[in-house]
Amino acid sequence: MSIRKIFEEELQNLKTQLVEMCRLTEQMISDAITALLQMNRDLGKSIAQTDKLVDEYEMSIEKRCMRILLKQQPVARDFREVSCALKMITDIERFGDQASDIGDLVYTMPGERYIKKLTHITAMGNLAIKMVRESVNSFIKNDENLADTVISLDDEMDELFVTVQNELIELIRKDSSNAEQAITLMMVAKYLERIGDHAVNVAEWTKYNETGVHLKY
Amino acid sequence: MIDFTGKMNISVKDCNLYYGDFHALKNINIEIPEKQVTALIGPSGCGKSTFLKILNRMNDLVEDCKITGSFKIGNIDIFDKETDINALRKNVGMVFQKPNPFPMSIYDNIAFAPRTFGIKKRSELDEIVENSLRRASIWDEVKDRLKKSALGMSGGQQQRLCIARSLAANPKILLMDEPTSALDPISTGKIEELMEELKKDLTIVIVTHNMQQATRIADNTAFFLLGELIEYGATDDIFSSPGDERTERYITGRFG
Repeated sequence: MSIRKIFEEELQNLKTQLVEMCRLTEQMISDAITALLQMNRDLGKSIAQTDKLVDEYEMSIEKRCMRILLKQQPVARDFREVSCALKMITDIERFGDQASDIGDLVYTMPGERYIKKLTHITAMGNLAIKMVRESVNSFIKNDENLADTVISLDDEMDELFVTVQNELIELIRKDSSNAEQAITLMMVAKYLERIGDHAVNVAEWTKYNETGVHLKY
Repeated sequence: MIDFTGKMNISVKDCNLYYGDFHALKNINIEIPEKQVTALIGPSGCGKSTFLKILNRMNDLVEDCKITGSFKIGNIDIFDKETDINALRKNVGMVFQKPNPFPMSIYDNIAFAPRTFGIKKRSELDEIVENSLRRASIWDEVKDRLKKSALGMSGGQQQRLCIARSLAANPKILLMDEPTSALDPISTGKIEELMEELKKDLTIVIVTHNMQQATRIADNTAFFLLGELIEYGATDDIFSSPGDERTERYITGRFG
């Protein structure tokens, strides 16, 4: 097999691993939301276990990228792809961390009734999963437009966050005994909002990969 | 007498070069800034060495070689009848792929050019020899054997000697045609460091087949293919996001 072929295979393996890592974090976010909605403390706790797997993926991909940089000294698109992957895994790993943090919150929550319907938080969760999936997809498919879509979805995420925030402030004002749960739900919303920010980072790397210019949105 | 004291940027416009019927360089336009390192890259036979040789008229003696276009170093027209070719070559030095020391002592290698310029005084020659060898980072290695034959030196030392020999003429531009392709990594490293040092005073144009070398040392990179200048720009841009698909394919090794 030619050196170039070997390199291309390495790149392909790298992308496959990235997708696998991303799928894990999607599942974690989905589990976190389910655990929250169902007040399922065991499910909440189990997310931290999956997070260990995500960390292992990060280490493995990092190692793979470094080996490619060392052995192939890539340039041009090859260089951009490997350095993008190396940067992205930090954000993908954060997807997992945030989901795991939400899981921990569910685990420590007292099993009482919710002070409100979790409609907007659920919407945030679904949006987070979509942003996570499409951000990594945009890189794999070399799709700059898809990256733009992810970046624009973040506005939706921010709006939802403000809505949830206002609702919770109102609930605390009405009855101060709501405060404890409201703060926990506020943290959940914040974690989901952060997932959106990390997805935007991934999308920005896709754009760099396609254009050679790294811009912050 | 032509004056090489002004700006030493190189400006080439509409350059065409033919070896007989063979059109070796096609409409090359390039501005090479002074006191920077500019790398010429491209597959063998793409015209980069031919282009390099134009800059000190090394093609003059090639039979059937026809050159058209405008070639300027600062305000000096390289091919003007008034341009003294000896003065041109004194100011535009050249280092080749294979070290080519003269079969004489280290000292005489370096003193050769100054002597031809009429410098005879021993103390003056001593000074030039020491200075040139110091600038080429080889003084400490040879100062105790200046009278020994240059042919007894290692390849890397010989190449630095050749650079020192060029520097003895106090050139303003240094042309280097794959100067490290026959050297080990340590000698290569020394010559790369040397280029970094020399560009404070000199304009350097280097032909290299080593992509990593170009990224390490060149401020600008020009990619030649089949006699055409395909792309020219800041080295960082060329190697991180080249504008032309052909550049991309060449530097990533996807040609052929």
